[in-house]
Amino acid sequence: MATWKKLIVPIVITPILLLLAYGFKTNPRQVPSPLVGNSAPPFALSSFDGGTTGLEQLRGTAIVLNFWASWCFPACFEEAPALEAAWRAYKDRGVMVLGVDIQDREADAKAFIERFKLSFPNGPDPQGRMSIDYGVYGVPETFFINREGTIHYKHVGALTKQMLQGKIEEML
Amino acid sequence: MISTLGRFTMALALGIALYGAIVSILGARRRKPALIESGRGAVFAVFGLATFAVLLMEAALVGRDFSIQYVARNASLGTPLLYTVIAMWGALEGSILLWIWILAFMSLLAVVIEGKRNREAMPYATGVLLSISAFFLFLAAFPANPFTAIFPPPADGRGPNPLLQNHPLMAIHPPCLYAGYVGWSVPYAFAMAALMTGRLGEEWIRTVRRWSIVAWGFLTVGVILGGWWSYEVLGWGGYWAWDPVENASLLPWLTGTAFLHSIMIQERRKMLKVWNLALIITTFALTIFGTFLTRSGILSSVHAFSESTIGPLFLAFIGVILLVSFGFLVYRSDGLKAEGDLDSLVSRETAFLMNNLLLLGFAFAVLLGTLFPLISEAVRGVKVSVGEPFFNKVNVPIGLVLIFLMAIGPLIAWRRASLDSLRRNFSLPLLLAFLGTGVSSILGVRGLYPLLAFSLAMFAAATVIQEFARGVRARRQISGEGYLTALSNLTRRSRRRYGGLIVHLGVVLVVIGITASTVFRLEKEVSLKRGESMHLGRYQVRFDDLTAWQEAHRFVVQGTFTVLNANRQVAEMRPSKRFYPSEQQPIGTVDVRSTPREDLYLILSSFTQDGASATLKVLIRPLVMWIWIGGAVMALGALVAIWPDRRVLAAEPVKERVAWQPGRS
Repeated sequence: MATWKKLIVPIVITPILLLLAYGFKTNPRQVPSPLVGNSAPPFALSSFDGGTTGLEQLRGTAIVLNFWASWCFPACFEEAPALEAAWRAYKDRGVMVLGVDIQDREADAKAFIERFKLSFPNGPDPQGRMSIDYGVYGVPETFFINREGTIHYKHVGALTKQMLQGKIEEML
Repeated sequence: MISTLGRFTMALALGIALYGAIVSILGARRRKPALIESGRGAVFAVFGLATFAVLLMEAALVGRDFSIQYVARNASLGTPLLYTVIAMWGALEGSILLWIWILAFMSLLAVVIEGKRNREAMPYATGVLLSISAFFLFLAAFPANPFTAIFPPPADGRGPNPLLQNHPLMAIHPPCLYAGYVGWSVPYAFAMAALMTGRLGEEWIRTVRRWSIVAWGFLTVGVILGGWWSYEVLGWGGYWAWDPVENASLLPWLTGTAFLHSIMIQERRKMLKVWNLALIITTFALTIFGTFLTRSGILSSVHAFSESTIGPLFLAFIGVILLVSFGFLVYRSDGLKAEGDLDSLVSRETAFLMNNLLLLGFAFAVLLGTLFPLISEAVRGVKVSVGEPFFNKVNVPIGLVLIFLMAIGPLIAWRRASLDSLRRNFSLPLLLAFLGTGVSSILGVRGLYPLLAFSLAMFAAATVIQEFARGVRARRQISGEGYLTALSNLTRRSRRRYGGLIVHLGVVLVVIGITASTVFRLEKEVSLKRGESMHLGRYQVRFDDLTAWQEAHRFVVQGTFTVLNANRQVAEMRPSKRFYPSEQQPIGTVDVRSTPREDLYLILSSFTQDGASATLKVLIRPLVMWIWIGGAVMALGALVAIWPDRRVLAAEPVKERVAWQPGRS
């Protein structure tokens, strides 16, 4: 049998496999947010426990702004403990973690906060103003806003402890 | 309990499949009947375990056992029973379980039906089938285990994706499609058995003929039902969007169709041996590729399952299939020399060869368009998407030539067609085609492609009908049978031929439906106040009312519209929007009024809170129904072609007894 015949199989098949393997590195659904690198849209958040805060008051603080909902199972359930842990680890180092509960019932949201013992401020987004300003497409989505008020990074989907730590460290 | 039992079942089935694959091939190589028998037993055991696993999963779903993660994610207390039962194929893990079961069932059928006729090939084919089973069982036992437990169990589950609990077609589209994909495993297994044993004659072709038609039939129905589901549920008025996953189901259909035709040449003329093996390997690999696309998340698609870790495993599996199969093919290529030769350019062989090249060209264009976003990102770093214009531009002309070949292929003679036979077979259809073109152009069809589509469809239909008419007339003259008796006897005498012709007629209907619904489509979007009307085509649509209510698992807002045709009320239609608690976007539910002449398609786009006005999108799509009817006709043709022949079945055991007792013959 001619050598070229033996070689033709791997020569034809390998590039196809490599191309498909390359596909794992890409995320077709990821459309870069135009907000990244620009100043964060101003917001005011009234938390469920009565406090209020906003972008103006938090200038000089790095913010982790997390959009969630109590019905967003499993992603929001997975990341809630990570957010709480990050809040506890970094709250004394000039980092604020804020939760924005969107399209939700208040009772369900409070039960969610209770379930995961969340101690960082969480508040509703009554008219969906914040979701619209931040171009929130689904939950969970998280914006990392640096001390200058610029959006440093946007993450879609559940966060992990390592990722939170890495992105927060980058902002400090 | 169910979780433990389920996981144990999957692991056990995996072990048995692996064992069976090894002993089957070992037994065949060393000629040890005990090992072969043991491998055969493994097929039965895997089927039993797969059936048990499916029943377990259904018990968990119907019993709303939310301690199983899959149930918690895909069922809920408020989900109706039907959608709870079919939630088994609503997400990744369950769909793999369904896949496993269908494969186990097909393997069982193959072993039972073909075991006696193919004593030499069967153990190898069993080994291949069990290896494929083992791969899917591995997925189900480890990375995509449907029986993974969740602790503590939630009080209620999330329920299936709303799009998947909106239409009963969801109950049959995925199983048909899977049967269409999985079905190709059997022909592939026998092709591999032929390569392994080195018996490269026509035996394997004769064995897989019927299996291929079964797989092809299911795939056809699966693809068409997918279009129908998309048309009825997704609410954009279309049935085919060249979405990667739709393309993935079309690819094996195209290569499989090529295979069904080219094996006829090998049977008749002992040509194209390598080509046929390559085609079946490609078709099988494409079925796995389709599954890979849906489950790996490498391309953006409406069908994508949640991203999971099984993508790399699938890719490795595809790599192994391609390298091993084509490796064997190259290794055996010396034994695959053609024994026949092409005699003339005007012959059925040539028509079939052209048909094969065009189907492959079609498939290549679809594959290229599907993968182009990936190629572009890899090579240039630019994200692009390839849409309808590309696919239509490339594939419409190819499709038209294919219809032409479909019309002449079955009537042209093998080897060399004489001018006289061409004239006899094609003058009447050609005349009808010209007449048809004239009529469609009078009816307002414009443009080269639509006109060609209609005239070629007419030509193809005329050849098929002429063929049936001639056969019936001949029988009537000889035996004096009635028309229907003659038709049924004719078909029964040569099922494959007439089954194939029926399939071609189905294709013609599909082509006519697609062309008419694309060329003559009308659409309009308007806001209406209560009592106001809008006009489109022959219809007047009046907005009567808007109502809303809460159901167990969703909130529904429904508009009521009266449809009038020439001031006579013809229908009351109720498109709605459904709000599911777990989704941000409401799910639009269209209302379609189908008639053989045209579909009226109503979409409720939006409404004001007080219900005083509503925005309505109205579409008229002529002859859409004929696409679904055409699909049914194609399935019917496939059924006719595979229907067991009583005479052959009765004759077979006798043949075998004779073979074992030579003294008697």
